[in-house]
Amino acid sequence: MIRQLKESLKANNYNEAVYLVRFLSDLVNCHVIAAPSMVAMFENFVSVTQEEDVPQVRRDWYVYAFLSSLPWVGKELYEKKDAEMDRIFANTESYLKRRQKTHVPMLQVWTAEKPHPQEEYLDCLWAQIQKLKKDRWQERHILRPYLAFDSILCEALQHNLPPFTPPPHTEDSVYPMPRVIFRMFDYTDDPEGPVMPGSHSVERFVIEENLHCIVKSHWKERKTCAAQLVSYPGKNKIPLNYHIVEVIFAELFQLPAPPHIDVMYTTLLIELCKLQPGSLPQVLAQATEMLYMRLDTMNTTCVDRFINWFSHHLSNFQFRWSWEDWSDCLTQDPESPKPKFVREVLEKCMRLSYHQRILDIVPPTFSALCPANPTCIYKYGDESSNSLPGHSVALCLAVAFKSKATNDEIFSILKDVPNPNQDDDDDEGFSFNPLKIEVFVQTLLHLAAKSFSHSFSALAKFHEVFKTLAESDEGKLHVLRVMFEVWRNHPQMIAVLVDKMIRTQIVDCAAVANWIFSSELSRDFTRLFVWEILHSTIRKMNKHVLKIQKELEEAKEKLARQHKRRSDDDDRSSDRKDGALEEQIERLQEKVESAQSEQKNLFLVIFQRFIMILTEHLVRCETDGTSVLTPWYKNCIERLQQIFLQHHQIIQQYMVTLENLLFTAELDPHILAVFQQFCALQA
Amino acid sequence: MSVFKMLFEAAPSATSLHYLGGRLKALHSNSYVKLSQYWDQHFWRDNEEQEKLLKKSCTLYVGNLSFYATEEQIYELFSKSGDIKKIIMGLDKMKKTAYGFCFVEYYSRADAENAVQYINGMCLDDRIICTDWDAGFKESRQCGRGHSGGQMRDDYHQDYDAGRGGYGKLARTCEW
Repeated sequence: MIRQLKESLKANNYNEAVYLVRFLSDLVNCHVIAAPSMVAMFENFVSVTQEEDVPQVRRDWYVYAFLSSLPWVGKELYEKKDAEMDRIFANTESYLKRRQKTHVPMLQVWTAEKPHPQEEYLDCLWAQIQKLKKDRWQERHILRPYLAFDSILCEALQHNLPPFTPPPHTEDSVYPMPRVIFRMFDYTDDPEGPVMPGSHSVERFVIEENLHCIVKSHWKERKTCAAQLVSYPGKNKIPLNYHIVEVIFAELFQLPAPPHIDVMYTTLLIELCKLQPGSLPQVLAQATEMLYMRLDTMNTTCVDRFINWFSHHLSNFQFRWSWEDWSDCLTQDPESPKPKFVREVLEKCMRLSYHQRILDIVPPTFSALCPANPTCIYKYGDESSNSLPGHSVALCLAVAFKSKATNDEIFSILKDVPNPNQDDDDDEGFSFNPLKIEVFVQTLLHLAAKSFSHSFSALAKFHEVFKTLAESDEGKLHVLRVMFEVWRNHPQMIAVLVDKMIRTQIVDCAAVANWIFSSELSRDFTRLFVWEILHSTIRKMNKHVLKIQKELEEAKEKLARQHKRRSDDDDRSSDRKDGALEEQIERLQEKVESAQSEQKNLFLVIFQRFIMILTEHLVRCETDGTSVLTPWYKNCIERLQQIFLQHHQIIQQYMVTLENLLFTAELDPHILAVFQQFCALQA
Repeated sequence: MSVFKMLFEAAPSATSLHYLGGRLKALHSNSYVKLSQYWDQHFWRDNEEQEKLLKKSCTLYVGNLSFYATEEQIYELFSKSGDIKKIIMGLDKMKKTAYGFCFVEYYSRADAENAVQYINGMCLDDRIICTDWDAGFKESRQCGRGHSGGQMRDDYHQDYDAGRGGYGKLARTCEW
């Protein structure tokens, strides 16, 4: 088992390693392993805190493995070796005092310390273990079946653990991210039921560990997971529903990312409601209410997840909710978190139903927060548009589209459109002409407005025209601008069109990033759909790079196999086959490099634009003497954090460039702090 | 009896169970993603071929939609498990109007599996929808195969289903 532990650690499989350590601890309780040898192992664990030039997260894990086993075996170890244990404890304490905690603000779900502090996970665990020690290691929650067999077990032969040296730190070692403990309930929230163990009690730790473990084991089978959760042993002594809801939200809101796909938590909560229809829905409603009340200090990324969860949940219950309870948001600044939340929820609810339904489900007082009817806006549509430049061409195009014109026919209609940007066309004939783009995109999207499928067909059929018009960077930006003007009432359509345009290479990822930070979008900059588009764009870029890297790896492997076969068979004719494959590998290598460069550029563009708009805001506030902390600012700075958190693995590659080029010491400390927090995550 | 054996048979704490569970098949089962009993009779004479395709498929058949379910709603719901490649709405063979089923194709198998695990059996437009693996979209499979142009099930159902045109077609034609 020690070998297994070493293997898990080397393979960066820290979850498994923690369970192994706990299992070994329990074996001490069974008198299978001699306590002193376990103490020795823990001594070695905690001595990792003395290592120099290693990431803090490495030291953190060993301390965590030690502390988190103590609820199981603390009593036994202290009884046998209290002096040694005290020493280990002192070392742990001094380490915890001197470790840096710059990363904490980035991982907190709420920035407020009231009503429950959002503690760093090691701090919380330390407090819990100290309390346990003070209570003389009395712990009543863990199942200890071996106690019943104690008289037999203590006569058995004990084994010593072989000495355990933690595997050294390597370049490939990746340690678990630090966490902040999510707390939303305490004993006051369920006055009628059993008392909820306090936040620094070890019972709380054990219950939460066990519930998280159940989710981790059964997340792929929601009914089993729900059944296991509600049949938790010892459920009569604790307010189990509150613990379950807290643990599930802890995972859903976890930063950087939930352990499992977001939608799993929605379905799990619904399964739980089905299993306990008399009790769980009320706790869930209470939790929702509490989350709403604390929106002002909730991290924007977590608010996004709250919006998505709540709207999807409501769609399974005919959108029934007591909206009047939230009337307080109607009198607030529409940009502040509560009204914003309600607006976004209603918009998402509409996507899962239809516009009139949303008007029907909310009280009339909420109509200001209801989403716009998602209709198309065609600028050449009515009488007054006769005077608009390009109007006649638009009509001509409309006729052509309806009579199934070809790309060439469209090109010839567009040839005569004057370019407002210059007096005479270049010889190329198709340099950036915003008016051409305008009439083409407006008319086509308007005719294809009926459904997503219609719009996709239109993009596919006239792909050639799109590619030509959007050849330059300005062209790409303008296509996005015009598309946005047509569909600004229908954010969902905007998102799917941007997705298709990237996939069919009408626009590239950098164009989308620049468009999002452009002045046309500044009014909608804090809306959720904008960030969903940006993150979807980044993900597509990342997937593209991975795909080509995989192709390159496969080609290299194929070549290696061919070489091996050749050396085995001594076949000279495969030289020619090699040549073709080698050429392919060279091409793929170039493709990979180009894709990686495009990916890096995308992130640099995004960070640069963030720095620009944030600096602008900070400077303006300084000159005007106003407070920096406007709702817009909180939203924007947390969106910057979100870029770092959601794509941290890729961004780690660019640390040097970011430090030297963008996040330099001259930067405003507000913005630099975000970068420093990010660096601290794996430092 | 060895101590180890005793431990295995006693009720262990959840964490030890997880360790043991790593070796127990039950905790790694993924029964939601298994194939159902449905075999498409019209297009694939070879069931073995169909089964192979189903196990690699990224396409889902989605049933029990209301006739008013829109492509937009389906996009929104099924996007929660991953990026959608294509949606093809099921149509009445004769009227070519939406008819309560569709096909959803993902770019990756993993995303399709997530849909089967977390979107199957949940509500869309107040109806509990169901999903099933599909061997791959071919032209004309989007048309219902029922006698009156819709799906087989709509020919036969006796009860009144407001979201699917009222009474079943055969029941209706029997009414005077």
